[in-house]
Amino acid sequence: MSVDPGADSTPSPVTPIRGDGPKVSGQNFGDRIYRWTITAFALCIPLLLLLIAVEIGSAGWPTFREHGISFLFLSTWDPNSGQYGVLPAIYGTLISSLLAILLATPLALGVAIFLSEFAPAWLRTPVAFLVDLLAAIPSVIYGLWGIFFLIPLLRDHVAPAIKSLPVIGALPIFAGPAYGNSLLAAVLILTIMILPYTSSVAREVLLAVPRSQREAALALGATRWETIRDAVVPYAKSGIVGGVILGLGRAIGETMAVTMLIGNVAQIKASLFAPAYTMAALIANEFSEASGPHLSALMAVGSALFLITIAVNGIARWLVWRVSREGAA
Amino acid sequence: MKFRSVIVPVTVLGMIVMACGGDPGPGGRRSSVDLTGAGATFPYPIYSRWFSDYARETGVRINYGSLGSGAGIRQVSEQTVDFGATDSPMSDAELADVKGGALLHIPTVVGAVVVTYNLPSITQPLKLSGDAIAGIFLGTITKWNDPAIASINPDVQMPADDILVVHRTDGSGTTYIFSDFLTSANQAWANGPGKGKQINWPVGLGGKGNEGVAGQVKQTPGAIGYTELAYAHQNGLPTALIGNRAGNFVAPTIENIQAAATGVLADLPMDTDFRVSIVNGPGEKAYPISSLTWILLHEVQADSVKGRKLLDFLRWALTKGDQQAAALDYAPLPAPVVERVFQRLDEVKLDGGQ
Repeated sequence: MSVDPGADSTPSPVTPIRGDGPKVSGQNFGDRIYRWTITAFALCIPLLLLLIAVEIGSAGWPTFREHGISFLFLSTWDPNSGQYGVLPAIYGTLISSLLAILLATPLALGVAIFLSEFAPAWLRTPVAFLVDLLAAIPSVIYGLWGIFFLIPLLRDHVAPAIKSLPVIGALPIFAGPAYGNSLLAAVLILTIMILPYTSSVAREVLLAVPRSQREAALALGATRWETIRDAVVPYAKSGIVGGVILGLGRAIGETMAVTMLIGNVAQIKASLFAPAYTMAALIANEFSEASGPHLSALMAVGSALFLITIAVNGIARWLVWRVSREGAA
Repeated sequence: MKFRSVIVPVTVLGMIVMACGGDPGPGGRRSSVDLTGAGATFPYPIYSRWFSDYARETGVRINYGSLGSGAGIRQVSEQTVDFGATDSPMSDAELADVKGGALLHIPTVVGAVVVTYNLPSITQPLKLSGDAIAGIFLGTITKWNDPAIASINPDVQMPADDILVVHRTDGSGTTYIFSDFLTSANQAWANGPGKGKQINWPVGLGGKGNEGVAGQVKQTPGAIGYTELAYAHQNGLPTALIGNRAGNFVAPTIENIQAAATGVLADLPMDTDFRVSIVNGPGEKAYPISSLTWILLHEVQADSVKGRKLLDFLRWALTKGDQQAAALDYAPLPAPVVERVFQRLDEVKLDGGQ
């Protein structure tokens, strides 16, 4: 987890000093203890990950054994009749996170570029602080804000306004009655929640872009916009993608705020106004009263969520690696 | 299951913390948690009152985790707690999996689930029959002025608005009781979604907890949902009069809820295990969406000291404790039933461990 694949491909003038490098013959006893301790600490994290995977996987095993992999592609979730199809929840998880990332990334980039390139020094710190503060708000507070502000707004103003538009209002993504609790509400709340993660990382990498990079572009006659577009952002590209991934991970795993706003109905609808469900919400909602096969099914959903998170992270890592290789070429 | 490995240390830790931090109880008893239980959230308000009153009176301290019926069943089956609590009776399959011998269901109070709605133009309580409610929650009735609703509310001008169904999305005893009633009252519901703590709802939005459902109903004109009585009462929600088996439309009052229990329990065989549903029960006044809630304990108590304490507490709860039930929107068990529960408690064996 801690190894950045990008690090291997980036040419570096300094040969990294490695733990298993040339052995010093008369290694000090204290050094050795230190090394073992640190190694043990480092091993804890992958071990923990393995333990979580094994524990959840074995608890969900009865479901996998009985229904096979098919339960990932069925869409009826009915514990009463022993039907456990999680496709709607998988769809809801992926689509809500993806849409949130699509909305949050330009916003976060805008914030980061403004703060690193344009903001006067006296404005930079307070605005950066306020954006970072968004990350510190508990998700249940986001949920409450969503219930009392966002949902009435969507239901009473946004939805009627969109529906009254010609053509756009008739699109399937805006079909059906709008009760407020919907995929759209969850996407909007997720957008706000992941914004600080992406923007903080992006701001830091943009600030780390050397001055010479900007000066060179300006010296060649580039405008400020061209400097940022062609010299600064490409230099920070891999870091920015890393920030987006961090936000994506947060969006996939977010439970409380989403549960409070998404409407919790296991269905696949094209409409943004229709209620939906996510895997995390499904587990949180049903765990306390579940027993027997139902419990095992929830654990299987947990395993699937775990695998999806790993897969999404893997793909994202690969993206970073590709981006950074392009940057180096 | 695997939970045991987590629950045992956590419970033990909890007990150690309680033992260290607790102030000396009255009567010079040593201050520690004497009994631990876990389970249903539905009766938690009354249980927590009982535990605190009982501790003040006798010094016996009871620690209860309001974790949900499923967790209560799991933990008492694994013997990680001294007693469990549930809103829906355990199935035969669940009972067969219990460790440490047979589990008894001991009813404690009668609770009710109410149907609440948001119709600003209507001031008097709405009347709803089981068929009408089932139709609404099945999605076959979609307008408030549907003849199935309008015909039983002849004095009310029903609006032509769309109905928005709101249901619980988290597994809950409240959903179990509500769907148990619909299963009993309506054939289409029985053939379709059926009863359970988790329902595959044909229509509507899911809210988390009583507050999630009530919040959604309050915010949306035309919405209908169900919550437990105490929640609706304490938050001043409008509640519908429900058509019972005798054909009367009754309000969820303590008297009517108790009547539901009296009607069903009077006919029970002597050897009943109390795993009975009292929804849609007989009786002129019986409120049909009512249910017992149970404490689960082993018939053979492994620890005789704890077992005696538990039995003493239950006898106290069913006599003195029940007097507080009404104030917290639960109905006490009818007196003849209490007598029969006492007989059942007498059969608990305390010498299992020795």
